[in-house]
Amino acid sequence: LALRNLEGYVGFANLPNQVYRKSVKRGFEFTLMVVGESGLGKSTLINSLFLTDLYSKDYPGPSQRIKKTVQVEQSKVLVKEGGVQLTLTIVDTPGFGDAVDNSNCWQPVINYIDSKCEDFLNAESRVNRRLMPDNRVHCCLYFIAPSGHGLKPLDIEFMKRLHDKVNVIPLIAKADTLTPEECQLFKKQIMKEIQEHKIKIYEFPDTEDDEDSKLIRKIKERMPLAVVGSNVVIEVNGRKVRGRQYPWGVAEVENGEHCDFTVLRNMLIRTHMQDLKDVTNNVHYENYRSKKLAAVTCNGVDTSKTKGQLTKSPLAQMEEERREHVMKMKKMETEMEQVFEMKVKEKKQKLKDSEAELERRHEQMKRNLEAQYKELEEKRRVFEEEKANWEAQQRILEQQKLDATMEKNKKKGKIF
Amino acid sequence: MASTEIARQAGEGARAVPLSGHVGFDSMPDQLVNKSVNHGFCFNILCVGETGLGKSTLMDTLFNTKFEGEPTQHNQPGVQLKSNTYELQESNVRLKLTVVNTVGFGDQINKEDSYKSIVEFIDAQFEAYLQEELKIKRTLHSYHDTRIHACLYFIAPTGHSLKSLDLVTMKKLDSKVNIIPIIAKSDAISKSELTKFKIKITSELVSNGVQIYQFPTDDETVAEINSTMNGHLPFAVVGSTEEVKIGNKMVKARQYPWGTVQVENENHCDFVKLREMLIRVNMEDLREQTHTRHYELYRRCKLEEMGFKDTDPDSKPFSLQETYEAKRNEFMSELQKKEEEMRQMFVQRVKEKEAELKEAEKELHEKFDRLKKLHQDEKKKLEDKKKALDDELNMFKQKKTAAELLQNQAQQAGGSTTLKRDKERKN
Repeated sequence: LALRNLEGYVGFANLPNQVYRKSVKRGFEFTLMVVGESGLGKSTLINSLFLTDLYSKDYPGPSQRIKKTVQVEQSKVLVKEGGVQLTLTIVDTPGFGDAVDNSNCWQPVINYIDSKCEDFLNAESRVNRRLMPDNRVHCCLYFIAPSGHGLKPLDIEFMKRLHDKVNVIPLIAKADTLTPEECQLFKKQIMKEIQEHKIKIYEFPDTEDDEDSKLIRKIKERMPLAVVGSNVVIEVNGRKVRGRQYPWGVAEVENGEHCDFTVLRNMLIRTHMQDLKDVTNNVHYENYRSKKLAAVTCNGVDTSKTKGQLTKSPLAQMEEERREHVMKMKKMETEMEQVFEMKVKEKKQKLKDSEAELERRHEQMKRNLEAQYKELEEKRRVFEEEKANWEAQQRILEQQKLDATMEKNKKKGKIF
Repeated sequence: MASTEIARQAGEGARAVPLSGHVGFDSMPDQLVNKSVNHGFCFNILCVGETGLGKSTLMDTLFNTKFEGEPTQHNQPGVQLKSNTYELQESNVRLKLTVVNTVGFGDQINKEDSYKSIVEFIDAQFEAYLQEELKIKRTLHSYHDTRIHACLYFIAPTGHSLKSLDLVTMKKLDSKVNIIPIIAKSDAISKSELTKFKIKITSELVSNGVQIYQFPTDDETVAEINSTMNGHLPFAVVGSTEEVKIGNKMVKARQYPWGTVQVENENHCDFVKLREMLIRVNMEDLREQTHTRHYELYRRCKLEEMGFKDTDPDSKPFSLQETYEAKRNEFMSELQKKEEEMRQMFVQRVKEKEAELKEAEKELHEKFDRLKKLHQDEKKKLEDKKKALDDELNMFKQKKTAAELLQNQAQQAGGSTTLKRDKERKN
């Protein structure tokens, strides 16, 4: 479709404003999951990111509680800023990686993510659909311990299992324990291992805008982001900053030379929050859904057919099967009908032939009889004729005799 | 772009916490808008109205461009829907606009089925979306949404009232699409007549229970203007792509000997109001209503028709798998049953026919048995007659033989008598 030229202002350029207005009215929601061993500063980072005390005296964070097994806990808060309302759900995973044997410690996490997708799928599949809250996990921040060496087996295992279920953003926690050089090396090593293990971490979408692409390239160079978090505000050179006070100085959270916190915050909240949600919806959720539905509808159907069926909706599939069946039935019906007709025809023909045969025989017998009758009549006629003749003859003879006798008598009479 | 965020109560079960600084999520609306703009928008308008009411011209005027199409003739056999899609751009906003026109609406002698093809068309778009939504591997994000977002219903400028065709059609469409009724070619009506006409139309719509689209008044930003505009419905419009010089400007107008009707003059007609409401203020709401109200209604009815239902809210939430599986099993067993029924029916027929034919055969044999018997009787009669004749013949033969014998004797005797006499004579 070629673009048309408009000769004058129409006004649909106002559409984005309409969308803006409606979205503000609706409000926003976001679910952020944090995963990592205890003591890596997860809760502190959340508080720093959202400039609030998510976990306070009344709502103690998971780190305050002792956990024996991996739990998955969520806290929901409502925050407002500039007229925009955000329902923020933070999902914490206390106990992760803390046990001696951490096999399968990722399972509760996977279960949680899947169950949220399941909830959404069920809500989406209802006949009566109402307000569908989106509680799916939009982003998972994975905290890597600042060992300086490389990824631990647990890190690799976790990311491999989660990367096609949720947007994974790996972070180097407590980055203030690494010098910039150590940090650089560490980052390089981690990225190398991520590539080696084919782990798909969250990728920034391509953009046509040059400035944006420059920004994105800068971010990509700093991956994985090394962060520092703090609940404490310290005065540095007359400025009030969030930071960690050491005898040798203050590590400032929002100082780009000290750590990548600002990069993370800007990316996670200010520029790519919507994209994280979109990728969750369009990619991760769709993967979950198609796997789930394929399992259902392929039950009892041979796999050779299933490939084509994936692109059809189950209803359409049923419709098609129904139609196929109707055709099959029709065919069966016509076949049966044909056989039936044929057999009937055969039988009828036989009956007809039999009737004809009997008819013929009957005719023959009749004719035979008639012929005999005729013969008999002829015979009788002949006989009657003969008899008549003979009787006539006899009568003549009789008459002659009578005459002769009469004459004789006459003669005799005359003599006397 | 079909929005996945359906309106809900913000912050269910969440506690409000204060922020000690600027976090930055107030950029979310901008992020959302940027994504929408990058993705592009789409809008689909359906124009319903009799031939010659200026539907195409109005579209051209609204969008400041000449769309394709020649004027339609009045001799269409039925109502057809012709749809055309255009790519428009204004500043950085790309709009995929689809204009659907009803061709031949109101031209037939019997207009009973006029609304049917329109309803079918609207339903077909819903159906296409539903099918996509139900697919296992689906691409909703890049789906080209063809569902009708707004239906402009063109009312003929008679000045009296709505035609029954209008009422019937709008009643059939009001639960399927956002209807915006407009009075077409309103330059044929005087101002006073127009007021009366609008009142008459509105009251007829109300008394017939026709739900037309109401511009939303829940958002304070636009509540006032929308509510005012709701009072001006139906909009009396005039369309024109020709320009006339008024003062020192070229304006879209229709020139008559008695004056010039300026399309964008709010004293002359409601065109500006229509454009404002339809495009500049409520386009997004029209899209949203279509998706969350009309489409949901269609979807619910369709699924219920196919036998799907939700379990009551108290019990466990319905598992999609179970639904599909149960549906499928039910469906398969139904098919099996049908097959079995048909087979049984055939077996029955065969039985019946067999009995019939057997009966016929029996009759045939009986008939011929009867004939045979008759024949036997006849034969017997013949035999009797033959015998009788033979007896007669024999009797006759005997008689004859006896008579001949007598004669011979008589002759002999007679002969001897004669001989005797002759002898005596001689003597």
